[in-house]
Amino acid sequence: MKGITTFIIKDILKNRIVILYTLILCGFSWSIFSLEDNVSKGILSLLNIILLIVPLVSVIFANIYMYNSTEFIELLVSQPVKRSSIWYAMFTGLAVALNAAFLIGIGIPVLLFIHPLTALVVILAGVLLTTIFVSVAMLCFILMRDKAKGIGLSIMLWLFLSLMYDGLVLFFMFQFADYPIEKIMVLLTAINPVDLARIQVLLQIDVAALMGYTGAIFKKLFGTQTGYFTSFIFMLVWIVVPYFFSLRLFKNKDL
Amino acid sequence: MPTVVISKNIHVGPGKEHRSIRAALLSAKDGDTIFVYHSLYKEGNIIINKKITMIGVDYPVIDGDKKFEVVSIKSDNVIFRGFQVQNSGYGSLNDLGGIKVYDAGNIIIENNILENNFFSIYINFGKNILIKNNKIRAYGIEEQQIGNGIHCWKSDSLQIIGNHIQGHRDGIYFEFVTHSIIWRNVSRFNIRYGLHFMFSNDDAYINNVFDGNGAGVAVMYTKKVTMYNNTFKNSTGDASYGILLKEISDAEIVGNRFLSNTSALFLEGANRIMIKKNVFLNNGWGLKIQANCMENVISQNNFIGNTFDVSTNGSLVLNKFDKNYWDKYEGYDLDKDMYGDIPFHPLNVYSFIIENNPIAMLLFRSFMVTLLEKTEKLIPSITPEDFRDDHPLLKAYSL
Repeated sequence: MKGITTFIIKDILKNRIVILYTLILCGFSWSIFSLEDNVSKGILSLLNIILLIVPLVSVIFANIYMYNSTEFIELLVSQPVKRSSIWYAMFTGLAVALNAAFLIGIGIPVLLFIHPLTALVVILAGVLLTTIFVSVAMLCFILMRDKAKGIGLSIMLWLFLSLMYDGLVLFFMFQFADYPIEKIMVLLTAINPVDLARIQVLLQIDVAALMGYTGAIFKKLFGTQTGYFTSFIFMLVWIVVPYFFSLRLFKNKDL
Repeated sequence: MPTVVISKNIHVGPGKEHRSIRAALLSAKDGDTIFVYHSLYKEGNIIINKKITMIGVDYPVIDGDKKFEVVSIKSDNVIFRGFQVQNSGYGSLNDLGGIKVYDAGNIIIENNILENNFFSIYINFGKNILIKNNKIRAYGIEEQQIGNGIHCWKSDSLQIIGNHIQGHRDGIYFEFVTHSIIWRNVSRFNIRYGLHFMFSNDDAYINNVFDGNGAGVAVMYTKKVTMYNNTFKNSTGDASYGILLKEISDAEIVGNRFLSNTSALFLEGANRIMIKKNVFLNNGWGLKIQANCMENVISQNNFIGNTFDVSTNGSLVLNKFDKNYWDKYEGYDLDKDMYGDIPFHPLNVYSFIIENNPIAMLLFRSFMVTLLEKTEKLIPSITPEDFRDDHPLLKAYSL
């Protein structure tokens, strides 16, 4: 199993697109921090990359890679290897490679330029999002036999979680503004991993504003140690659940 | 006939001519100097009703035993210097003070240490009083259980200079105090306000530091206040302000620094105030200016790293923003006159939304919200069009 994993990691790291992805992230973050003398504005620009670009690349790359590896997977299945180890190897390979790209591209400059604690939160958010979207991409792969449909589904999921979801929540909030919807709002944002990542970074850069009206809610639910821990758990659920769901489907799938 | 005035020195302490301060005070006459040497003096309420100078040598400790007002000054021309005054009584009817001045003038209270008093220094109907370099510390937990650090009531011509105040309800409290100056004090970690200021006209506060006070600084119902070069920082929480201005007119707020407050400067019913050359750095809200404020001029300030630079609660704009530096400005300067060629709209539409739905903060900086803000910036529809700075500076002032 270790052999397969390392093989996949090496295969992906050699991929020109991943190298390009690393370089682009690198270019983004270095230029943001060297052009902008205001660090918190820099983090803000970076936040948009982490919330939009990183999940998009992760989900599409992982998805296409899975489809392109269909024959390789079929070959492996015919060997005396457990299906769960194949799936695990695919997942680990993708996640490790894409996270490596993220860490080199964004992690290093972030650690160099911004406050260590904030840097840690930003990096953790990026790593978790990358892994989540790899997991989601594998689920899309197993759900759709057709490549176009699979990629379409993963893009739709990205679109939904990154862009549309907040719009819907905003709409919901405006419609029900007269009711006590605080708890529901918190729950709704906590469901979406992209929102969770955003709020964690927000707690680092907008801390003074967050201590205002919403302070109580924010501090209690997201800002305390239990809050950080809960957010982390929610994001882990987003990795674990799609992964095990896809694993179950893969085990029983007639390839 | 020539008169000869002879003043004498009286010494109090272990092994000196008097063992107790009370006895020394009894034997003293106007113009005498009493030296008090280091020891613990528990003598109930010490009343100074003669024109004398009291000098503590090596900080003698006067203790109120948690029952009495410690030192009461009831005479003009008193100097009280170099004592440690501690443990005054607590009263819900009487405001017992560590050092309390009753209806007197020309008094100097200097270089004292005040520990754990209900009110530390209390000036009641005072005139020409200098309160200088005192270290004031209390350990208040609840607003109702503790008094103010320096409490001044119906007084005139006070100078409050270089004091350190910590742990009281309000660090410095002014009510009906006129022609006074508050200079180079540090007021930190008080439960309510670092400085509380009401009905006190023609006063100035300069070069003070207010740090981590429960609700910041409040200035209310006052005319002609000047505030120069103060630092207001770390007032965080709901209803916490760097400065809260309520019903103020003709004030000058110049050269102050506002750092990491939830709301740096809050104006309500404030008129003709000049807000100039201040720095607003890393606050939640830089300026909250309610629609009932008129003819205020906000000019040459730096707004850097604030979540929201300005917010308001109405569409009426009667104030002037000009020549400020806004780090959120995205314009250009083609004619190279140092000012941006297109006006800056400092109002963020989302701050409007948050004003009404605080919980909307959960979605702040998400893609949809950013989109909303950008559209509003291009085509203002919710935010008032004339709420703008016509000459936004491209580079920050060096303040």
